[in-house]
Amino acid sequence: MRKTTPDRLLLGHGSGGRLTHELVTGTFLPALDNPILASLSDAAILPELPPGRPALTTDGFVVDPPIFAGGDLGYLSVCGTVNDLAVAGARPLWLTWALILEEGADGALISTCVEGTARAAAEAGIQIVAGDTKVVPRGKGDRIYAVTAGLGVVPPGRDTSDTRIQDGDVVIASGPLGDHGATIMASRHGLGTGDLKSCCAPLNGLIESVFEAGIDIHSMHDPTRGGVLTVCNEVAERSGRRIILTETAIPVRPQVRAVCEVLGLEILGLACEGRVLAWVPRDQAERALAAFRQHPDGRDAAIFARVEGTIGGEIPVVMETEVGSTRPLDMLSGSDLPRIC
Amino acid sequence: MSEAPELRNPRAIAALIREIRGVSETIGRKITLMEVCGTHTHAVAAAGLRQMLPPGVRLISGPGCPVCVTPVDYLDRALALAALDTTTVCTFGDLMRVPSSRSSLERAHAEGQPIEIVYSPRDALQVARDNPDRRVVFLAVGFETTAPTIAAALAEAEADKAENFLILPGNKVMPPPMRALVEDQELKVDGFLLPGHVSVLTGWECFRFLAEDYSVPGAVVGFAPADVMRGVANLLHQVEKGNAEIANLYSRVVSPHGNQVAAKIVERFFEPVATNWRGFGEIPGSGLGLRPEFAHRDASLIEVELPPPHEPVGCACGDVLRGVIDPPECALFGTACQPATPVGACMVSSEGTCAAWYRHERLTGTTT
Repeated sequence: MRKTTPDRLLLGHGSGGRLTHELVTGTFLPALDNPILASLSDAAILPELPPGRPALTTDGFVVDPPIFAGGDLGYLSVCGTVNDLAVAGARPLWLTWALILEEGADGALISTCVEGTARAAAEAGIQIVAGDTKVVPRGKGDRIYAVTAGLGVVPPGRDTSDTRIQDGDVVIASGPLGDHGATIMASRHGLGTGDLKSCCAPLNGLIESVFEAGIDIHSMHDPTRGGVLTVCNEVAERSGRRIILTETAIPVRPQVRAVCEVLGLEILGLACEGRVLAWVPRDQAERALAAFRQHPDGRDAAIFARVEGTIGGEIPVVMETEVGSTRPLDMLSGSDLPRIC
Repeated sequence: MSEAPELRNPRAIAALIREIRGVSETIGRKITLMEVCGTHTHAVAAAGLRQMLPPGVRLISGPGCPVCVTPVDYLDRALALAALDTTTVCTFGDLMRVPSSRSSLERAHAEGQPIEIVYSPRDALQVARDNPDRRVVFLAVGFETTAPTIAAALAEAEADKAENFLILPGNKVMPPPMRALVEDQELKVDGFLLPGHVSVLTGWECFRFLAEDYSVPGAVVGFAPADVMRGVANLLHQVEKGNAEIANLYSRVVSPHGNQVAAKIVERFFEPVATNWRGFGEIPGSGLGLRPEFAHRDASLIEVELPPPHEPVGCACGDVLRGVIDPPECALFGTACQPATPVGACMVSSEGTCAAWYRHERLTGTTT
């Protein structure tokens, strides 16, 4: 298939006519090629599912800037969808991928995002089996948005719901926290990112390897929007148990700390796009940590929190600070706005 | 960028706490210390320092959060400007959620008003350059720390003849409200933790009047936990000995006279004016107004219709800002007034006293 991408997106590229056809066959198919997609039928007819419970998720991606250090909107859209399935205990299989493009969007940007999508799909071992393209008039959108759905299967016997969380469980972070959020905020505010880059990556390989090591993961979440603050507060609420973080054990890169100091942001509120938080039984803590660290995507994993007691009238999530005090950790309210000084 | 690790060392902090406990016992009465810098408010709360102090030491927050002291009529004016034809308002992010008399910038933005969040005044100038057919008004708030960058943007606009770049002057300076605080009969402050960032610009000598005219000691401190605790210990020692001087404990960046280059550019554009502080009312010489020769850049001279200023009912921000009460003593704190739905300005910025208490100190607060 010949690969051709227009210089600029025209409204006609979303018309369903000749230009749309050229965009699909010239840009999308060469990158995302697989037999199911190539049939270009109205619906993807999938093989029978492997045994287990099907898991279905959907997500929208509107990141600004759409190309950032360590990834792009396309790459992110596949990772985000795959990771939502993987942290639910599912093995991701197929994704759908719809683009909403703004009239006048740069063809090179679209190419980069399509290539990112293909790369992430290959890394995660999934297929993009259906797609759609719409073009909205200039000013009605911001260059490129993506919407996905993802289908996977939770193998028989696997359960990672929050109700399995027990008193004494430890919480493992698969790597340094906040890299993605800090990268985006730094580039949005013109700080330059230096060697800082997004952690964006598919996590299904890492997570499968930990299951294969025989670890009984009680629950898992990927701390995307709202970061660790949101995940921990939601988990505490759903499980009815308190979560206590140890500040000195939280893995954070110095560059991320610096971005947060300059912009006045809360580190634990930053989004991660290639990290998983896993609740594991205390007696498996060391083995679980070793299993994470054995995989390239988990080599900097760390135990940073524990589950202790029920909420009752207590603050659900607290942090023992490095100076020996304790403070509550609440979700962010609204967007985390940079401080004045 | 990052601080020396010894400033966050738990053992060093523990030693300072022991020292503080000892002096506090020797003094034998309750001592009230005030910090007057939003970043201190945030740092104290984020490290949970208040709960580590002995009961004989009360650490309170003063009017150090620029968002919190910005009066409601300033926001009313900003909103009225955004409603004018061909006018865009640019603002620092944390003003967005501050309630005005009838709305907020965030709400007006959602309703389609041309309001843009910028990270620096220069970004606002860029908006003006990119939109030559629009008048771009930057909401100039903050203390001595933001004034130089605002002046620099004005200088650039002057040099470039970017005639469509204006500011709504709202900058404030720190020493005058501190004089008001030490003269406040209702409030007895035994010592001040002086603002580290402001002092980098102004130098520490401008705070000498506290010691010389009012016999109240002060300590200029940085923002790491050990910085703050060293300041507390220093002030307690001064109180114990009956001393009153300004100690510069942040000498790694603060000099006696500050940054003269910054002072010069601020002076070129601004002059001291009386201005309104939420909770204090008007304080002479506490604001920075544009000099008359730059009237063409002064958006406060544009005629707009303003609603009668309306402070939220039951909000005790004023008393919080003056250190008369702690946030949990306000009836709205944590109930009607929360970071997601702030009633008063102190609940908006993470530097705001109420927001910092809500986010970091409810373990020890009375509302949990």
